Amino acid sequence: MTVHVLVAALVTATTGATPLLLAALGETVAERAGVLNLGVEGMMLMGAVSAFIVTTETGSGILGLLAAMLAAAGIAALFGVLTLTLAANQVATGLAATIFGTGLSALLGARFVGKSVVPLPRLHLPVLSDIPVLGPLFLQQDGMVYLALAITAGLAWTMANTRAGMILRSVGESDTAAHALGHKVIGVRYAAVLFGGAMAGLGGAYLSLASTPMWIEGLTAGRGWIALALVVFGAWRPWRVLAGAYLFGGINVLQLYLQGAGFVAVPTQVLAMIPYLATIVVLMAMSSGGARRLQAPACLGKPFRPAN
Amino acid sequence: MGSISRRFLVAGAGAAAVMARPGVRLVGSAAAASKLNIAWVYTGPVADMGYTFEHDEGRQAVQAHFGDAVQTHYVENVSEGPDCERVLRQLVESGDTMVFSTSFGFMNSVIRVARQFPDMKFEQATGYKTASNVAEYNLRFYEGRWVCGVVAGMLSKSGIAGYVAAYPIPEVIMGINAFTLAARSVNPAFRVKVIWINNWVDPGKEADAAKSLVDQGADILTDHMDSSAVMQMAEQRGILGFGQSADRSKIAPHAQLTAITDNWAPYYVKRVQAALDGSWTSGSVWLGMKEGMVKMAPYGPGMTPAAKAAADKAQAGIIDGSVQPFAGPIADQSGTMRVPAGTIMSDAEVLKMDWMVQGT
Repeated sequence: MTVHVLVAALVTATTGATPLLLAALGETVAERAGVLNLGVEGMMLMGAVSAFIVTTETGSGILGLLAAMLAAAGIAALFGVLTLTLAANQVATGLAATIFGTGLSALLGARFVGKSVVPLPRLHLPVLSDIPVLGPLFLQQDGMVYLALAITAGLAWTMANTRAGMILRSVGESDTAAHALGHKVIGVRYAAVLFGGAMAGLGGAYLSLASTPMWIEGLTAGRGWIALALVVFGAWRPWRVLAGAYLFGGINVLQLYLQGAGFVAVPTQVLAMIPYLATIVVLMAMSSGGARRLQAPACLGKPFRPAN
Repeated sequence: MGSISRRFLVAGAGAAAVMARPGVRLVGSAAAASKLNIAWVYTGPVADMGYTFEHDEGRQAVQAHFGDAVQTHYVENVSEGPDCERVLRQLVESGDTMVFSTSFGFMNSVIRVARQFPDMKFEQATGYKTASNVAEYNLRFYEGRWVCGVVAGMLSKSGIAGYVAAYPIPEVIMGINAFTLAARSVNPAFRVKVIWINNWVDPGKEADAAKSLVDQGADILTDHMDSSAVMQMAEQRGILGFGQSADRSKIAPHAQLTAITDNWAPYYVKRVQAALDGSWTSGSVWLGMKEGMVKMAPYGPGMTPAAKAAADKAQAGIIDGSVQPFAGPIADQSGTMRVPAGTIMSDAEVLKMDWMVQGT
């Protein structure tokens, strides 16, 4: 591959990684608070369709992004009422949220199939963006790419260094202890779930506004499930999740470029499997006990019922 | 606790793969015994602006043509496999007497259900099995691919086209081969770069594949997918391309040179007429440009007068039989001669095509 193609491949990899990263960061926060929300795929689809509808109708990408966050957080709120207030099973409710989101997005979007919007603008700094190699890689992306990176840094810092981050983690590690200390376990979990929803909505919106400015049923094509796997792959830590998202996105794009270059020594299906195999390997490594530090939050998936 | 949540996660993802299908909806009502009740079973949504959309145009043409004599309805988003069989049984029980199933993957379910309900009439699009009450019908999409290939050969400056394809099945492979052979009939050095997506719809991946093809020198794009992402990317990158299954000129007004469009209505009207007057029998047909069922969309602004003339000539040749896309000599990727000069592949051979021609 020439340098030109390599740079192009890396730029494409960022557009592949960004929706995964946004959704996975949101789910990381929810899971850190002890809530397993399998509704990511459905929330992403609701975000994608809402962003597309609002942008088509108003012409404003910013309003589209806000609509995506609201719509997906709406699904997350429904999930929260069922699992947090009513203490329903999180796995079953999460699956239901995905199925509901998939169906509702198809219904809402039916009139908008075959339409197109202007993609989100890309950064362009005079002179700097035109530097060969570095320019296209770092200074010509769309705003969402930088936003996702900024959120990663912000989350990593907040979770590690602030009181709010500590409370979030304590609620996920030991809900009863956090409760005894006077923290509002259910309230914190609601906030985390809603944040997760809004982020999944942004991830979906990235697909329908930036990477493929269009709507079609099932636009996300399973990216919500990959995002869930990424959270585990990244051991519930933002920077690792970011590395995973770029790795998954990168491998996916790499296999496309290899096919285009006529490289067929490794079947494409094998390359497409790599992210999932990597997740399984990471799971095995964590279960083997050598890396206890990287275990899942202790209360993940457990409903919390205050004693009184 | 960690292990339990992980198990849940894995179980959840598995269950979701089965359950998280776009909502299956039954539209229209069956019943009304005096009418001929006819159902269409689609694998995608009718709003896909592509393959399923064109089938549904055909269904609507039947309803309009026969008016009160028939009652048509459809089931969309049916997954291939056991789910299809369940849907078919449900249709039979709700009073349908004729079913058009429109995806290759429905074939085995149709054959099984048809055996149990000999009075029902089934029509299976794109398959190869038939029975006394199961007819098979298909379109020669590859004829349209040939026309696109001729145009690509004339208009590409780099001599490289990019082709984003769903699955390496004969239906897709014969299209790639026809396109490549046609382009090479104009420019013998022409090359077609193919990327397999291994899915029918994944716009994100389709767009990424299109980008990678352009980055690697392709200046004309086409696809065999169910979304318009590839044409959208052609428009964004300011290059040319061909739509398939439906006219993509709304999405790609500058990029689209022409598109292959399906016109199922003539066949549907004819078969329903046969069912109404009692002359319906099973059969197997493969129809194309000659019957007016595969058509090229109006030419886009990127077509030069010479390319228009060549495309018209190619269409006329296919219709009068003077152009045979799969006439020898044809060599495969490794250079082995597959079809000797002077012979033409039979339909049966084309339908089983599992090798790619030289130039891909």
